[in-house]
Amino acid sequence: MRLNKTFQFITRIIENRKIKATYWRALLAAPQIASNALPGQFVQIWFGNNQEVFLRRPFSIHRVRGERLEILYQVLGSGTEAFSKKKPGGSLDIIGPLGSGFKLPAATRKIKPVIVAGGMGVAPLVFLAKKLAGIPKRVLIGAKTSGQILCEKEFKELDCDVKIATDDGSRGFKGYVSDLLKKELSDIGYQSVQIYACGPEPLLKKVAAISSKHNIPAQISLEEHMACGIGACLGCAINTHAGFQRVCKEGPVFDAKEIVW
Amino acid sequence: MKPNLTVNIGRLRLKNPVMVASGAFGYAQEFKGLLDLKKLGAIVTKTVTLKPRKGNPSPRTCETPSGLLNSIGLENPGVEAFLKEKLPFLKKLAVPIIMSIASEARTEEFLILARRLDKIREVAALELNISCPNMQGHKLISQDPKATYDLVKAVRKTTGKTIITKLSPNVTDIAKIALAAEKAGSDALSLVNTLTGMSIDVKTKRPRIATVTAGLSGPAIRPVAVRMVWEAYTKVKIPIIGMGGIMNAQDALEFFIAGATAVSLGTANFIEPRSSLQVIAGIKDYLAEHKIRDIGQLKGSLKR
Repeated sequence: MRLNKTFQFITRIIENRKIKATYWRALLAAPQIASNALPGQFVQIWFGNNQEVFLRRPFSIHRVRGERLEILYQVLGSGTEAFSKKKPGGSLDIIGPLGSGFKLPAATRKIKPVIVAGGMGVAPLVFLAKKLAGIPKRVLIGAKTSGQILCEKEFKELDCDVKIATDDGSRGFKGYVSDLLKKELSDIGYQSVQIYACGPEPLLKKVAAISSKHNIPAQISLEEHMACGIGACLGCAINTHAGFQRVCKEGPVFDAKEIVW
Repeated sequence: MKPNLTVNIGRLRLKNPVMVASGAFGYAQEFKGLLDLKKLGAIVTKTVTLKPRKGNPSPRTCETPSGLLNSIGLENPGVEAFLKEKLPFLKKLAVPIIMSIASEARTEEFLILARRLDKIREVAALELNISCPNMQGHKLISQDPKATYDLVKAVRKTTGKTIITKLSPNVTDIAKIALAAEKAGSDALSLVNTLTGMSIDVKTKRPRIATVTAGLSGPAIRPVAVRMVWEAYTKVKIPIIGMGGIMNAQDALEFFIAGATAVSLGTANFIEPRSSLQVIAGIKDYLAEHKIRDIGQLKGSLKR
């Protein structure tokens, strides 16, 4: 359950640049959110009067650096296109932090975190890895090809044991990151493992199946079209064993076994 | 000069004529902390039905140019859960609570609901949602003047509360339906619900909404809504609450000039939670600037 307060304010863009291919990184001045946010939570950003980009757009909180908030995004449609046009020094209307994030283990509990990121799915997981400081972590990053691997350096800086999977085999394991997950689990064993995953739906579905087969807890971060992002419109409902739940409120992070695929 | 913003809707007296529309404001608690809820003229709840409703499958929403398609399917916890879990927060706000109600089984369920709510002091008025386009397989009551008359008449007999009838824009002659609701004893009209629409992903050839068709809201429908308020205003005497794509005070003023007594904001709340308060401030400025003492003087002031 989300316990932290939600803020709406005008944030100043400190930095907004392309990091590689279609991937961009923005740094925003957002002390209210930075001091408050939990990994897995998101923000809703408004790009101003624009008939093509009418609604706000949700973005995962990628990293928190002091009073700054970092957003990692891929330019895919008109919303992210509008984002990429915003210049440092400019401002954006932001609401956050929103949603229910990853549940962190109690400090005393011995767990072996395995973080699984597919494509843009790395976005909320770097913040998570940081919050899991002091616990040895394995991170599996999946991408189509070596040029699209995101955040390898960031995870390594957080002392994560990073493994790479590429669809074309241009780096690391050749194949899907879900297959790499199977291989890794058979190496490290299933005892005390806790999976945290974010990425495209087919990946999360496979992670849920692996989690169920080996009885490993898995927390997965889902995506759905959103209108309000604050739980009012019921537009982002997903089907769970407890009925429809809101991705923006009960989620975006769910226990994998709750989801009806 | 401080202009008078109070308006009457049936037996309701609102401190200002700006409300938030059904389905676009949840049960208000979702917006807690994002705006001063106490400043709203009234709050219209998300539609409540007699029994809980699961709602429609996803995807339920899709953005379109200056608009939003939605097909939520009236997901709600049912009237008893509403009264127990949602009303306590709402009643603390000291803002008139207009409860939106609907039913699948037509008249009987509406009457049970109306009777149940007649006893609830904190419910200031009922809005009859007979125009939700996302109840699969049900023809809209508000697409037929006779069905509209019968339903409103039956509810009128069961409750002393102010009745607001919410009508659909998906009709050829809105004035006819508006007259039927008025004749049956409705105290006011909400104009308009969403316009039926559809959007297709050409890559997959799939509809962007699971139920294929959905209700369109936002500025994309505003000219249609303004026209319908004006058409109804020329025929009925009961107050009209105008809605459909109001994003700012300028948009709201169009509705007043067309004949609305009050206005309601829907989709705007999703983008800017404080929109309704900005509209109230903007209306005050306009009235002061144009030396209009009372918002009532603006109603139907269209020059031709």
